[in-house]
Amino acid sequence: MPFVPHTEADVRAMLGTIGVASVEELFDEIDPALKTADFSAIASGVDEMTTLADMAERAKRDEIGPCFLGAGCYDHHIPAAVWDIAARGEFMTAYTPYQAEASQGTLQVIYEYQSMMTALTGTEASNASVYDGGSALGEAVLMAIRSHRRRPAAGDPDTPRIAVAGACHPLYLEAAANIVRNQGIELDRCAPGADGRADLDALDKLPTPTAVVVQQPNFFGVLEPVDELTRWAKSKGVLVIAVVNPLSLAVLTPPGAWAGIGADIVCGDGQPLGIPMASGGPSFGFICTRQRLVRQLPGRIVGRTVDNQGRTGFTLTLQAREQHIRRAKATSNICTNQGLLVTAATIHLALLGAAGLRRAAESCYVNTHELVRTLGALDGVEPRFDAPFFHECVIDVGQDAQRVAERLAADGLLGGLPLGSFYPQLANCLLVCATEKRTRAEIAAFGKALARALNP
Amino acid sequence: MKPQTIFEKGATGRAATAQQPRNSGEPALDLPLGYQRATPPQLPEVSELEAVRHYSNLSRLNFSIDSQFYPLGSCTMKYNPRGAHRAASLPSFLNRHPLAPEAVSQGFLSCLHELQETLKVATGMAAVSLTPMAGAQGEFAGVAMIRAYHDAAGDDRRREIIVPAAAHGTNPATATMCGYAVREVAVDADGDVDIAALKAVVGEQTAGIMLTNPSTCGVFERRIVEIAALIHEAGGLLYYDGANLNAILGKVRPGDMGFDVLHLNLHKTFATPHGGGGPGAGPVGVNERLLPFLPVPFVAQRDDGFHWVDRADHPNSIGRLSAFMGNAGILLRALAYAKMLGREGMTRVGEFATLNANYLMARLAEAGFELAYPDRRASHEFIITFRSEANDWGVTAMDFAKRLLDYGFHAPTTYFPLLVAECFLIEPTETESKEELDAFVNAMASIRAEAERDPELVKTAPHTMPVARLDDVRAARELDLRHQ
Repeated sequence: MPFVPHTEADVRAMLGTIGVASVEELFDEIDPALKTADFSAIASGVDEMTTLADMAERAKRDEIGPCFLGAGCYDHHIPAAVWDIAARGEFMTAYTPYQAEASQGTLQVIYEYQSMMTALTGTEASNASVYDGGSALGEAVLMAIRSHRRRPAAGDPDTPRIAVAGACHPLYLEAAANIVRNQGIELDRCAPGADGRADLDALDKLPTPTAVVVQQPNFFGVLEPVDELTRWAKSKGVLVIAVVNPLSLAVLTPPGAWAGIGADIVCGDGQPLGIPMASGGPSFGFICTRQRLVRQLPGRIVGRTVDNQGRTGFTLTLQAREQHIRRAKATSNICTNQGLLVTAATIHLALLGAAGLRRAAESCYVNTHELVRTLGALDGVEPRFDAPFFHECVIDVGQDAQRVAERLAADGLLGGLPLGSFYPQLANCLLVCATEKRTRAEIAAFGKALARALNP
Repeated sequence: MKPQTIFEKGATGRAATAQQPRNSGEPALDLPLGYQRATPPQLPEVSELEAVRHYSNLSRLNFSIDSQFYPLGSCTMKYNPRGAHRAASLPSFLNRHPLAPEAVSQGFLSCLHELQETLKVATGMAAVSLTPMAGAQGEFAGVAMIRAYHDAAGDDRRREIIVPAAAHGTNPATATMCGYAVREVAVDADGDVDIAALKAVVGEQTAGIMLTNPSTCGVFERRIVEIAALIHEAGGLLYYDGANLNAILGKVRPGDMGFDVLHLNLHKTFATPHGGGGPGAGPVGVNERLLPFLPVPFVAQRDDGFHWVDRADHPNSIGRLSAFMGNAGILLRALAYAKMLGREGMTRVGEFATLNANYLMARLAEAGFELAYPDRRASHEFIITFRSEANDWGVTAMDFAKRLLDYGFHAPTTYFPLLVAECFLIEPTETESKEELDAFVNAMASIRAEAERDPELVKTAPHTMPVARLDDVRAARELDLRHQ
């Protein structure tokens, strides 16, 4: 029997101790009418070797050449040590550290993670993670509403509003809107301007929101004028929710320092920090904030304290915010989060350090700029926006980009994300990215493949 | 000794250089200065060995399923098969981009489709969406669908969700997130929902009820069919919290009990690792009535292969809940586990989880411990209460829990459910051997003897862990949340 250790003698002895004649008797409190289920549509079990062979065959079907697709999930190098250590059974098969004395490993890792994330983002507090970038934005919105319930001015509708400045990841926005909708919260999307950046004039015309969402670099890879946006928000008493790629913070101004004032809540997806793409999950979402909003954070938080003999130790803290204590009044229903991914990211950041992270970010920057020059040299292909960008760029290919991407895939590479389904006016555009893993030869090959795809 | 954080190790200027990507060279970063960070972030400066040693040593401070019996009630800490981990870690799965075109995703989509179909049959529902990333998100999806159903019917009187007093904290928190008021209903002396109390709160304001069955009292809700009829007659819907599905896997199905919607915790029932607090996965299943509202994306099979179903094809969906499609890696592990179990293996999960719990319950009762529900069968878990130990010797459930750590056992769930004083909720799971259960009983009996003879020994436990009991009050008052 797979994974069940009992011998027949064990079963007999155990039934004898309980005082029943059969295992079935242990289910005698259940209405017999409920025991008629037919499970025959589920196949019989197979051994590990057969299972692995079957799944390996299916995994192989999806193999494809170099990945120039990003859009929130990036093909970075992950040091070998990261998952060798993170996958140790003592990390992988432990549970939420409720028994602190028997969980100091996990607890200290989370404390170190919180330290690293606050350092990267320029903030003062971090939680132990939420599910992903989309749910992190949803939780950040709820947190902003809780911490800053703006009194409705005359003529304002009662609905708490959140403004989205420009091109924020459309899938994050969709997830976030679905998470907050039932609490009567609406997200007002303010379309990006012609240069791909947030349009401050348009933003100014919206009803004053509780908070404004600013993504840096934005969904198009373009760098937003975050200082200007932050100053605008502060002048209106509006909270700033920053959505950031943590890798970019090796080189970009941390949100905690925007305009010398700082964003109030910083969130995003931690995938670039040592997490494989793996079809988009599991990854982890992060939420960081200032000290004054720490009690509004959702999820687990770890604090350093002492034991009754004065020794330093780590424990879950501020638990009065959480569902297992406050129930219907909790800051969120989140319970299980993404602990193992946080462990991997912590090891990743320790291995790379600030210098290694900067080199990874610079390499992505340099490679993507090289890619844009290579693709832009083709007839009828050009960058869509004239604005500085980090490691992603929108390329106008002059014809239906969906078709072009399909041809590129048939030619053996992932040539970027066609944007038509998100922005109809960008139906001829691909969002492309070249991480530090992409070689010059691969970039040159993409140029040739695109030339073929444009003239099939 | 003061534990050093990684920040206190290493030296300025040290780096794990092999880990740093080569810079593909000129031209270097030519970003406008206004965008550039003024000072580098304060991250560790350590060698590769220092990092590896530091985190390897930290891991050794943890209890885990791989190293200890971990009978946390309602958490199903069963063995996490390495084969499933290997399957999900196949390089071609790890390297797959979430937005890759369908034409080059048929292998992955076929896996998701097979898991959807397996879970449909295992739970007795009409359709499954795998996208929720944890049990709590599955709960959210479920209650959001209940709300979408009533909204679509134009029924705006339904403002309440009923939750038993014994429920997980996530249930009421979820109802609030979905904009509902929570109405608690009492549990009777045998651990079943109090039907008279339920009748008193059900009405046209009832959107639905959230139930765990077997319940968090460790017993099967015997009047479930009657409860379902009561709720449905009032126009409400039934939500099944899959936290305890391990008890009945392959035996009885929530769909047959009358539930309209459910979530499963794959990190419990389908043996995916808990990871020190995640990742999990909380797929949702629905009957025909709630099918239009199922969260996207999910996978459909057509003549020409497998396809994503997104909002455009499923317009009344509550929508997407994650940026991509959820915790794919966990879903692949669950599929590998399900394939290794097969239908017979699933039935054995329910049977042996129940056998182990009833055996452990009988042995602990024999050893003098008080059962919360002595006249009931255990499901896959059961409750003991330390009322008399606390009363007679001043030794609480918390003290027993801490002393168990010294004996090399992770403590069961303590002080939950809230309605039983000084309790342990104990869930051994089907993967533990009789010898392990016997050793646990011996440890419990031994601690009980200590509690009578030398209560201080137990009240000051643990004595052999890296730290003794921690000052939680100080942790909350003098917040120290990061190394500075």
